[in-house]
Amino acid sequence: MMESVLHGKVWRFGDGISTDHITPGRYYHLRGDLKALAEHALEDADSDFAQKAQPGDIVVAGKNFGQGSSREHAPLVLKERGIRVVLAQSFARIFFRNAVNVGLVPIICDTGGFETGDEIEVDLERGRVRNLTGGFERFFTPLPPIMQAILADGGLVPHILKRGGFQWDSTP
Amino acid sequence: MGYTLAEKIIAQRIGREVEAGEFIVAPVDVLLAHEGTGPLAVEQFEGLGRERLAVTTLFFFDHAAPSPRRELSNVQKRLRTFAVEKGANVSEAGSGICHQIVTEQWAKPGQIVIGADSHTCTAGALGAFATGMGSTDVAAAMALGKTWLRIPQTLRIEIGGELPPMVAAKDVILHLIGFLGADGATYKALEFGGPVVENMSVEERMTLCNMAVEAGAKEGLCAADEVTHRFLEDQGREEDYVPLSPDPDAVYERVIELDASQLSPQVATPHFVDNARPIEEVEGMSIDQVFIGTCTNGRLSDLRVAAGILKGRKVHPHLRLLVGPASRKTYLAALREGLIETFVEAGAIILPPGCGACVGVHQGVLADGERCLSTQNRNFQGRMGNPRGEILLSSPATAAATAVRGQITDPREFIG
Repeated sequence: MMESVLHGKVWRFGDGISTDHITPGRYYHLRGDLKALAEHALEDADSDFAQKAQPGDIVVAGKNFGQGSSREHAPLVLKERGIRVVLAQSFARIFFRNAVNVGLVPIICDTGGFETGDEIEVDLERGRVRNLTGGFERFFTPLPPIMQAILADGGLVPHILKRGGFQWDSTP
Repeated sequence: MGYTLAEKIIAQRIGREVEAGEFIVAPVDVLLAHEGTGPLAVEQFEGLGRERLAVTTLFFFDHAAPSPRRELSNVQKRLRTFAVEKGANVSEAGSGICHQIVTEQWAKPGQIVIGADSHTCTAGALGAFATGMGSTDVAAAMALGKTWLRIPQTLRIEIGGELPPMVAAKDVILHLIGFLGADGATYKALEFGGPVVENMSVEERMTLCNMAVEAGAKEGLCAADEVTHRFLEDQGREEDYVPLSPDPDAVYERVIELDASQLSPQVATPHFVDNARPIEEVEGMSIDQVFIGTCTNGRLSDLRVAAGILKGRKVHPHLRLLVGPASRKTYLAALREGLIETFVEAGAIILPPGCGACVGVHQGVLADGERCLSTQNRNFQGRMGNPRGEILLSSPATAAATAVRGQITDPREFIG
């Protein structure tokens, strides 16, 4: 279980960042080698990120982050680079689910005004983001209970191992 | 209160009343993965410690088939070994694209189909609840036979009028995505209906449902009707047919009416699918490569339209034309009809059935600054293997007309 207040530096991205930006198809053969694939994370959106992102940094984006392919390698390479949380105006559905399943926290909030290099603090329990550089704060709605339960257990595989199935499953 | 198609399928499969917005756990009938997403699904399945597959599990070698690199050959080998041990079904290189084969051979109206590929929504054309997920969700279903879902709100897309000549299902869906935006249907179901859809073949309905995800939707669905019945009969599986339609008093989040009669051929410009515009705005743009194929538009009816334009003509000397049939079945039918001969005579390159150049792995990677017009579903930056290339999307008719002229060309010039 991760701590509930995360502190980090912002990498700012725009609208419509696709899974092709995050994990380009030309590295398809590297999907079996997550460390090598992660060296190219977000390369086609910002080559600086691929080279310089540090563990604990925070990805902040505009609308529809993670659109496109179902490749789970997209949230996985971010996690591999030490990114624990992504803030976006909105997420594409499959990326959103995949992020939670692999233990990367997707947060939907108003990301206007955030710039690359800003120091921010994300309080997962209070649902609050403080931009320490810009001197403002934003609030976000918590994830649905199902997703919170999966994240709390560290992802879908540990969740199922711990609960013997989906925790809320009432079907026989 | 009546049900939409999506609600009706879930209610039937879990045996109780449901409501849009509700979170439920539902049984999975069929699931798929391929060489890009299957290895991770297998790893996660093994992490779950279950011995047996709890559901019909299909692996496809289509994204990199035949394999262009040893890493991918090894991945395919690993999936093959797992499949033999656990009783999964393997569709080998050359068989075709997963979504085509799932619709031809596996999915049934009223089923829940999930897949570790975003275009799993293609099977919604048969009236199935079909949606793409990641490898871990698929692994969970392999182990438990179930998945969790939020029952989506539905946008009803009511398509009236009549499609003009050389205007196709692809033009309808590109136009709709342009209207909705790339996130205009996020988390929702798109339910296609109205006179134009009723008159469409299953192949055309597949093109509509295939691209539902490009508006952010969880799935696209069409009612299972007599057209569906005949399609399943043609596949030798008449017994799989059950009629399925939304209730007349179904509650939709929104009903969107489109008049097909007013539509021009559409082209989506780089680098987003929702950059769809009428062809009049982009005519004359020079093109280096044309690709006719994929899970969106590599079916027999698509190849017929393209061959109709290419017959007796030559591919423009400054341009490469790639043609990829969606499945071996499609390939054989096209061969027997003489379509393949038409393509080869015109100067096209025939790719093996599979995803071909669409994923940027092999078979048609763009050079820096090159521009490709493709019948695929995505034109994201880097999609075809080079972030310095540009991709535009169109119907097979527009693609074929463009291949002849070397620049974006209105296929209506080839009528008659």
